[in-house]
Amino acid sequence: MTSTDARPTGNSMRRLAGWLDRHARVRLAMLLAAPMGWLVVAYLGSLTLLFLNAFWSRDPFTGQVVREFTPNNFVEILTNPLYRTVTLRTVAMAVAVTLTCAVIAFPIAYYMARVASSRTKGLLAVAVVMPLWASYLVKAYTWRLILSNDGVLNWLLSPLGLRGPGLGDNVIGLWLVFTYLWLPYMILPLYAGLERIPGSLLEASADLGGRGLTTFRRVIFPLVVPALVAGSIFTFSLTLGDYIAPSLVTTTQFIGNLIFLNFGVPDLPFAAALSIVPLVIVVVYLLVARRMGAFQAL
Amino acid sequence: MDRLARSLLRLSTIVVLLFIYAPLALILVYAFNASGTSAWPPAGYTLRWVQDAIENTALRQALLTSIEAALGATVLALMLGTLAAIAVTRHRFFGRETISFVVILPISLPGIVTGMALSTSFATTGIPLGLFAIIVGHATFSIVLVFNNVAARLRRTAQSLEEASGDLGADSWQTFRYVTFPTIRTALLAGGLLAFALSFDEVIVTLFMAGGVKTLPIWIFESFRLARQVSLVNVVGLVAILLSVIPVLVASRLTQDSGGVTGARG
Repeated sequence: MTSTDARPTGNSMRRLAGWLDRHARVRLAMLLAAPMGWLVVAYLGSLTLLFLNAFWSRDPFTGQVVREFTPNNFVEILTNPLYRTVTLRTVAMAVAVTLTCAVIAFPIAYYMARVASSRTKGLLAVAVVMPLWASYLVKAYTWRLILSNDGVLNWLLSPLGLRGPGLGDNVIGLWLVFTYLWLPYMILPLYAGLERIPGSLLEASADLGGRGLTTFRRVIFPLVVPALVAGSIFTFSLTLGDYIAPSLVTTTQFIGNLIFLNFGVPDLPFAAALSIVPLVIVVVYLLVARRMGAFQAL
Repeated sequence: MDRLARSLLRLSTIVVLLFIYAPLALILVYAFNASGTSAWPPAGYTLRWVQDAIENTALRQALLTSIEAALGATVLALMLGTLAAIAVTRHRFFGRETISFVVILPISLPGIVTGMALSTSFATTGIPLGLFAIIVGHATFSIVLVFNNVAARLRRTAQSLEEASGDLGADSWQTFRYVTFPTIRTALLAGGLLAFALSFDEVIVTLFMAGGVKTLPIWIFESFRLARQVSLVNVVGLVAILLSVIPVLVASRLTQDSGGVTGARG
């Protein structure tokens, strides 16, 4: 490959390319035009339209969207106890799932980061990442098979005289499903966070008389808080916006179900107003997470 | 660390891996389960559902739609992600940090917000939903996958190679064609495979964009309630898992060797 290679394009293209070499700003503008056009105009523009729609309304007779400002959607969401209950239930589920994932992820992440040989470490990392990519819908659906009345869980529990949560209005099953679905998102940042702790710190703690638990509580835990928060961004945010898993394993409604329901009516303005609720919660969560240094741990 | 703690950690690692993999193994069993219900233990072994799945035309159509959508989204994500990655790694400018943020935003907000936002703007501007809308939605959150892969590769490759190319008289197109592109080729392939896998499986945003078009995940979502279709869903589920996991395995192999200068050859 030398500079005497045949030019792939015509003379005018070459002149343009030469001109671009001398004008780095123009080159940069051309690089950025398409991706930023797409993300800023199409995506941020869509988010803006979502906000606008939230303040519009739907004509009950024609079903058409009336493009006039009205706060009614938000008044309804704030005053109707149904929406408060569903929002609180969704947030409680997101918190429960996040805490459960953190507790389950810690031992395996610790084993991967500080106990396993480097070969095992690599294998375990792949083993944890792989299921993350396996079809989300199929994974959620599999739990329908597991939780069903004549399914595996009840078959396993029946010798003990117990029964699983089933597929009714019970939300324990959904809690299991969410924990299952998002667990790898917690393991990975936690593993990275634990691996970054210098071994000398743990030795220092031991030398100063810190036992296992003391070292964990006063050295390890404070150092992995950013990683924990980073993982929790995924577990929290993904739970908050999910409407597929709830519709698969429970009859109880979550905020996502209500949004999708109103989208289907179709009452776009009300669905838009409802989707502002998880958006605001996640943005607040992200701001708190950033203060706790989670973005450096991602 | 004492021996007891070590074995406890090892044990819990094994338990967690079992928890992660048992449900995936289960779908493998159900795909060949003779009874055709969710009853456990399975009643025997059959290939009937596999045959049914192959002969089902609605299913085949859904698979084709999914592949079309994933290819479209991947091509768009490759172009947009690469442009953004080159801009961020090879230029210094005001607002550079903001670009990484805007690229990550669509995948960090809950899918339902992205789905609602894009669907609302299609409705407001009067563009019909359907395959095109699905591709737009998938491309939007796939850009980050290509961007991350290509930007990581470019950060590891010395910019001096490109400068040398310029000093030797190559213009920017030739430098891209003969220096930059060979460097990022495997990163592009890895990012593209990830984008394909993500798009192929996506359902949360897709349901907002589809307007009646059925992708494979939508077919699964609509079929799991129909008792008649459950055994088909099991087979399709197995195929969907394989089709999304295989590209990712290939992608992880591609990014394993750090590429760099030697990776640029050939």
